[in-house]
Amino acid sequence: MEQLSAKELRDGIAAGRISSLEATRAVFERIRRFEPTIGAYLSTCQDMALERAADVDGRIASGKTVGPLAGVPVAVKDNMCTTFGATTCASKILANFHAPYNATAVERLLAADAVIVGKANMDEFAMGSSTENSGLKQTVNPWDTTRVPGGSSGGSAAAVAARLCFAALGSDTGGSIRQPASFCGVVGLKPTYGRVSRYGLVAYGSSLDQIGPLARTVEDAALMMNIIAGHDPADSTSVDEATAPVCDYLQKLDEPIKPFRIGVVPQFAAGADEQVQKALSEAMEIYKKLGAEITEVEMRHLDYAIAAYYVIATAEASSNLARYDGVHYGHRTANPNDYVEVYSKSRAEAFGQEVKRRIMLGTYALSSGYYDAYYLKALKVRNLIRSDFSAAFEKCDCIMMPVAPTTAFKIGEKVNDPLQMYLSDIYTIAANLAGVPGISIPCGSDDRDLPIGLQIMTPTFAEDKLLRIARMYEKETDWHKKEPRLAND
Amino acid sequence: MANKIDEVQVRRVARLSRLDLTEAEVEEFTDQLSAILDYVEKMNELDTEGIEPLAHCLPISNVFRDDCIVESLGTEKTLANAPQRDGEFFKVPKILDEGSGA
Repeated sequence: MEQLSAKELRDGIAAGRISSLEATRAVFERIRRFEPTIGAYLSTCQDMALERAADVDGRIASGKTVGPLAGVPVAVKDNMCTTFGATTCASKILANFHAPYNATAVERLLAADAVIVGKANMDEFAMGSSTENSGLKQTVNPWDTTRVPGGSSGGSAAAVAARLCFAALGSDTGGSIRQPASFCGVVGLKPTYGRVSRYGLVAYGSSLDQIGPLARTVEDAALMMNIIAGHDPADSTSVDEATAPVCDYLQKLDEPIKPFRIGVVPQFAAGADEQVQKALSEAMEIYKKLGAEITEVEMRHLDYAIAAYYVIATAEASSNLARYDGVHYGHRTANPNDYVEVYSKSRAEAFGQEVKRRIMLGTYALSSGYYDAYYLKALKVRNLIRSDFSAAFEKCDCIMMPVAPTTAFKIGEKVNDPLQMYLSDIYTIAANLAGVPGISIPCGSDDRDLPIGLQIMTPTFAEDKLLRIARMYEKETDWHKKEPRLAND
Repeated sequence: MANKIDEVQVRRVARLSRLDLTEAEVEEFTDQLSAILDYVEKMNELDTEGIEPLAHCLPISNVFRDDCIVESLGTEKTLANAPQRDGEFFKVPKILDEGSGA
């Protein structure tokens, strides 16, 4: 049963062939066996999950209609508010925070009758590329437990890869869904900015953050998108139906796009490891066989994406994280001498190093005398990068490039050099700056059997096309079927 | 090469950020932020004269809704996570000095 995709499981449960309660119990049995090694979850909610699963089974047995994800065990990244359990953002400052409402994406999962099994680990406040910045727990890569799962949605990716859930929600500000998906050998989709409501997603970089699915197959990602995509009156940055209608992402998923053009940026992609490049060119060959034409596009500002991103994202973060004041919720220092210390000591005691570093960087970039040189400059560079995408999409239907320059790196390898860690985001950041959707799909393994991801990007709100292009590859190859071998398995 | 940012500036930014940094952190952040700022200045290679700043990528600008009263969280839910409370209030140390009036 654990080999099924979310969609296969859903279909089996809906047809009464499979019991959701059994599927959910099987997931918790795996969690019992493997979670002590993997560390994907910050909290699990077994009682609630089993109760919901039994309820779904009961409703199906009595012929009632159920939602499109009925009975399927899923995980949610711990930066999405839930009224059950804690919502910690993997930060000590929120270690005991219990949200008074559900994030819209969570509410939609529940309305679809999904069974939420737990909250997934992450880099603190989604700041990081390895999940090593979690203030609460270490998550390891299921393919090699001495390596990172990627980040910041490392818990979500590891949980899907280790079959500790059937699909998960993550969030992506600079690659935080796609890069861990690549490192863990699963599918990860960052939708267009504005496609999925951010209501109840704890804010990091508000003009960049977007919720999306991590899943075993492209089809499962499409299924998840059908549930979470769409306008939400509670998030004024979620785009309405008149501007960009949501479609049924499953409906035409199996119809190939023909003819179509793939844009590549050879000089930029040449920065990746040889084995990553090799996997990519093999993927291009498959697409060529499927009738795609490969064309080189010029995107000469991509080299500046990291620089612009780490100014814009940290500036937004410094403002967003001002809310952790030790007054309304979260950690408060024990014996403040005055009210200023309530802020400055509470924050100093409970934020981790990377969060402090980014708040400092962002505050500096926004401070008097530096605003124009850093923040304003970065916004102008952002515009140039978006123009690169618009120009490229005049010549091609999608752009393909690596997800990350390497496969999963060793735990501890980059923790002491923040800049090196930032540079590993080189291929994912531009999509966030330009607002376009991007997907990571498994497309190979290196000589250590670590997964390699292929990144595909399309114009904004073209997720249907993006998923169809990804699906064409998935149907031709078996990379997505590869599974990590877990100890005690 | 001289550091992009010195310890005096780091302390100033820490104060603006309301972060009580240790001496070790001040030293570490001075080096790390300098290295990051050095890298970020790569942006200066680009001529951005006449380029509009892009704050977000949405095809929408102002969003309005009808000004009608809807249900809000309520006092109990709002205060449920407060580190300290006093009845229906968030409790904090005294903000005004003795005799400062108000």
